[in-house]
Amino acid sequence: MAQVSSTVGEQVPTLLSASKSILLRISKFNPELDESSKFMEFTVSYEKWTTVLEAILDVKKHFDHSVAVRYSCRQATCGSCGMLINGKPRLACFTKISELDSDVVTVEPMNNFPVIRDLTVGFEKLFDTHQKIKPYVIRDDTELESDQREFLQSPKEVEQYIQFANCIKCGLCNSACPTMATDSSFVGPQALAQAYRYVADSRDKGKDTRLNIIDESHGIWRCHFAGSCSQVCPKGVDPAMGIQFLRGYLLGFRN
Amino acid sequence: MTKDEHREGIKGMANPGRYGIERIAYLLMRLSGLGLLGYFIAHIYETSNILRGRMGWDDFLAMTQTTEGHIFLALVIGMCVFHTGNGIRIMLGHGGVGVGKPARPDYPYEPASQNYRHKIGIYSSIVFAAVAMMYGMAVMFGE
Ligand code: HEM
Ligand code: SF4
Ligand code: FES
Repeated sequence: MAQVSSTVGEQVPTLLSASKSILLRISKFNPELDESSKFMEFTVSYEKWTTVLEAILDVKKHFDHSVAVRYSCRQATCGSCGMLINGKPRLACFTKISELDSDVVTVEPMNNFPVIRDLTVGFEKLFDTHQKIKPYVIRDDTELESDQREFLQSPKEVEQYIQFANCIKCGLCNSACPTMATDSSFVGPQALAQAYRYVADSRDKGKDTRLNIIDESHGIWRCHFAGSCSQVCPKGVDPAMGIQFLRGYLLGFRN
Repeated sequence: MTKDEHREGIKGMANPGRYGIERIAYLLMRLSGLGLLGYFIAHIYETSNILRGRMGWDDFLAMTQTTEGHIFLALVIGMCVFHTGNGIRIMLGHGGVGVGKPARPDYPYEPASQNYRHKIGIYSSIVFAAVAMMYGMAVMFGE
């Protein structure tokens, strides 16, 4: 249950009976109307298991239905609810208020993505770069002939790429990346990790094609192995690992 | 860079506060690289003073014999040692060495690339740089 306070800065104390509460600060910004973003503040009570998304939806339901937030699965599967939570990119549905260890929880739209409204950002570029690296198995005999069975893989072969296949395209990695912070043409950790996902797949024959795509001035060479992408990824994809492996191919350390 | 894209910009790129020691190493690597580049250019200019003969050379070198000069040179030593040590770590990492092995990810999804080997590389580059700076200061100020 949330209790409203008014806009920017002012905070009205509330009379909630629940044991614990936090101040939830929600960034409000409509690029079509506003010059800059403002914070709305709400006092929200929570339980040990309450997620940041639940707190935001509580505010929407009871106090301000205009808060723009995107979500769907509520279980870290659809990749819709990425936002900055206390300054770090995280999934709102996968972050419990109790684990933040703070009396104030500030939610803002992710960096390095255009803001549509409030907490919602545009993913066109993310999906474009994702598509650019050809995110599908490439081989000449893609169409199976009738007497063939599926392409078999051993568990060991699956292990080579399965962690990278966990990507839910939430964009947290691109939001944390220091190169993304300044370079609008950089292909980004999400797409690079997906390039590795397919290169590492034993069924795939598109390695050279993909290495060619990422071997350009705003491609893989802009990665400086700062590792922030891997630190924020909610699915254990570890983009930094995949990127360094790809670079290993290009530098001749691996073949 | 347009405002529409809501990029974090240079401030975000250079903010080392949120993502652990690896992001601090990233910042120090940039700063030390640029610092060394500056020193390298200044060094060419400085050594070109030889064209002014012995007097000119000695004149210019006297700048390094002051307290500020000593501190400046100690910084150069620190940047050099950190940049080299961390540079070797990054070059290995960039080649895919020591960044862990792909595996089925399990909660809480600790990223294997951000492992203790690389952390040791970073911390030891910082410690080596500090020791070298102290040794350099001891030699310079001990004269
Ligand atoms: C043994 C000596 C050195 C090694 C092993 C080394 C290694 C490296 C590496 C691996 C990088 C890339 C880091 C990354 O991907 O972010 C780098 C960047 C750089 N280095 Fe060095 N380097 C050395 C000496 C120098 C010297 C003497 C200078 C100056 C004259 C210098 C200037 C730079 C600059 C300006 C950068 C770019 C920094 C950045 O964009 O982050 N380096 N170095
Ligand atoms: S690699 Fe991780 S952080 Fe990046 S988009 Fe995929 S799931 Fe999200
Ligand atoms: S709502 Fe689907 S990932 Fe958070």
